[in-house]
Amino acid sequence: MRRTPRGLPIRRPAGLLKVWGAIASAVVALLLAAAPASQAGTPAPTPPPSNQQFQNSISGFLRDDARRPLEGVKITAKSGDFTGEATSGANGSWRIGVPNQGAWEIELDESTLPEGIKLAEGQANPRNVTFGQTSNLSVIFAFGKGIVVQQQDFGQNLLNRLVAGLSFGLLLALASVGLSLIFGTTGLTNFAHGEMVTLGAVLVFGFSAMNLPFWLAVILALVGGGLLGYVQDAGLWRPLRRRGTGLVPMMIVSIGLALAVRYIIQFFFGGATQQLPFAQSAEIQIGPVSISPNNLWSLIISAVVIALIGVVLLKTRLGKATRAVADNPALAAASGIDVDSVIRIVWITGGVLASLGGILWAYYRPGVTFDMGSQILLLIFAGVTLGGLGTVFGALIGSVIVGIFVELTTVFGLAADLKYVGALFIMIVVLLFRPQGILGRRERVG
Amino acid sequence: MDFGFILFSAAAELFSPTTAAYALAALGLAVHFGYSGLLNFGQAGFMAVGAYGFAISTLSFRVPFFVGLLIAVVCSVLFALVLGIPTLRLRADYLAIVTIAAAEIVRYVVTTNQLTSVTGSANGLAAFEGGFYTMNPFPEGTYFGMNNRDFFIRIVGWGLVAVGCVLVWLLMRSPWGRVLKGIREDENAVRSLGKNVYAHKMQSLVIGGIFGALAGMIFTLPRGAVQPANYGTELTFFLWTCLLLGGMATVLGPVIGAMIFWVVLSLTQGVLYGLIESGAVTWLTTVQAGQLRYILVGVALMLLMIFRPQGVFGNKKELAFA
Repeated sequence: MRRTPRGLPIRRPAGLLKVWGAIASAVVALLLAAAPASQAGTPAPTPPPSNQQFQNSISGFLRDDARRPLEGVKITAKSGDFTGEATSGANGSWRIGVPNQGAWEIELDESTLPEGIKLAEGQANPRNVTFGQTSNLSVIFAFGKGIVVQQQDFGQNLLNRLVAGLSFGLLLALASVGLSLIFGTTGLTNFAHGEMVTLGAVLVFGFSAMNLPFWLAVILALVGGGLLGYVQDAGLWRPLRRRGTGLVPMMIVSIGLALAVRYIIQFFFGGATQQLPFAQSAEIQIGPVSISPNNLWSLIISAVVIALIGVVLLKTRLGKATRAVADNPALAAASGIDVDSVIRIVWITGGVLASLGGILWAYYRPGVTFDMGSQILLLIFAGVTLGGLGTVFGALIGSVIVGIFVELTTVFGLAADLKYVGALFIMIVVLLFRPQGILGRRERVG
Repeated sequence: MDFGFILFSAAAELFSPTTAAYALAALGLAVHFGYSGLLNFGQAGFMAVGAYGFAISTLSFRVPFFVGLLIAVVCSVLFALVLGIPTLRLRADYLAIVTIAAAEIVRYVVTTNQLTSVTGSANGLAAFEGGFYTMNPFPEGTYFGMNNRDFFIRIVGWGLVAVGCVLVWLLMRSPWGRVLKGIREDENAVRSLGKNVYAHKMQSLVIGGIFGALAGMIFTLPRGAVQPANYGTELTFFLWTCLLLGGMATVLGPVIGAMIFWVVLSLTQGVLYGLIESGAVTWLTTVQAGQLRYILVGVALMLLMIFRPQGVFGNKKELAFA
């Protein structure tokens, strides 16, 4: 097993104290950083003044086939001896509060429809509906020609999923490039990387909730991610390397850190799913591909950032130094490279990239939750392992493959709730035949 | 705040079936990691395989209890083989990633809506424990403040833990166990002595996995239900905390570790809830108090690993890593 770069096991009590102090300060810093988010998490959307007396509701939007809202349409809901009534508002929305869940009969009063608008063919009116697991039931009435269920052809679907998968893969790559750099330079398999992903999205949500402008919130979140990377390295990992702690104990420490940070985030953020600003957007059509603008932006941003990382790694002195440290820390140190500062920069970069990936992931899902990072942690690992542990460009290729694979499995008939299984499965299969990954070297494996 | 009640419920955790399940699963991890140096981060997967293997064979195929038990064990052996074949020749952290991924695959597969008729998807399965409780030799009544069902499951659970401990103790002082410890210390040295390292690792993975599967059954039987949400990666990490608390290369360490884990969790919950209810702590909700406990688990895991990696009982010389 490979030892850490500073492999000399010098036991220093001062170092121990530092570790403990650093953990405490990291926890405090996180508590402070996450505090605004908690204040933002509380206000729930207030329901309209009427219908407030019931917890359950039936609601919907009335729009004609040109998506214009229909105002003043009367809708009644009947069940047993209770009858609720609502009239659609200026934005076409209607909502009927009902005392109980169960089966309801919904009727739209066709005489109140604007002139020239009528229900689409095959739209049952009145119709019977039943509540599912939730307290709100939405009922959709289609008008005019109605929404023609598009028989999406296979090629079209494939192309759309391919682009979405590329977008997903590139955002995974942002996180995995950081993970891979950290692994390459320090040998640490960092299970807390998912929490760095979460932090980016949670910080953007927190800062936006403090009414900061969106761009500032994003920048602050990226800075926060970089800061977490720096604090982690300076306060925890560097002292551990100094002590000569083995790689396996460090891996277990990172698991403890992941648990602690995940629940600290939940402590302040709560268990609910929140949305970032501009999270909802209609799909747009670019050539043959339909994609949501958020996904398109995500694709462009991550592609540009990754290209930048590639240029830095290949062309600059810092990049060369990083690759040298990843290749052989002892030799790099001997040739005058400041290994510790390279590792520090790698941690900061890894933190920034992970939080950027987290922000994009929050738009891709969409939604921010306290465990969003740990949900994709294994996909990040899959990408890194697929590409070859410790190789940056391998991580990039591996992640893109994982992203595309995850999206494409749904095209080929795998259920949507199993789509991550395919990616994890393919990782295990690749390990069977090419354990060093796509770009990895044989020597790293054994 | 009722300290008597808090202490009583903490003491009740000492012998609860959940603690027994954790102890047994952690004992399996001790075989994997403490004695053989295998990084199994998928023990939750083994537990899920055991629990679902038993529940599905009981509910879908109406097999008797012991056949269900056998099926669960066979499933966990197969699971261990599937995990071991690609990874046991590779470096330790590959096994870590593959086991954690495989455990998640199991969880996704039992959660999917496609298989609802078999696995019950997110709601899980229930009412499969009848066969177990019909074997209850204790007539109805009160045993140490428990009804006969609770008493029976505790006897069986802790009986299994005791048998497991004796088994591990015997195995590890046998020549076979010495080879395992040798593999942990230096794989190449053992290989040069002509031992089949791969086969030994695989046997260790299978044995620890069977412990995990049995633990999964002990975990579900008193609940009378098995739900996929219980078998996430957190469960594995809690088991690791138990293992490291007690001492990884010891027989009794994982058991004591599981007891400490649950007693401390119960104590902190009781004290925190008591403080909140009495109004002494206002900056915390009861939900947050629950999360605070898991923050403590995470920090405890880090500190243990950094300052006392051998755990409470462990011997520093017997660490799976230097």
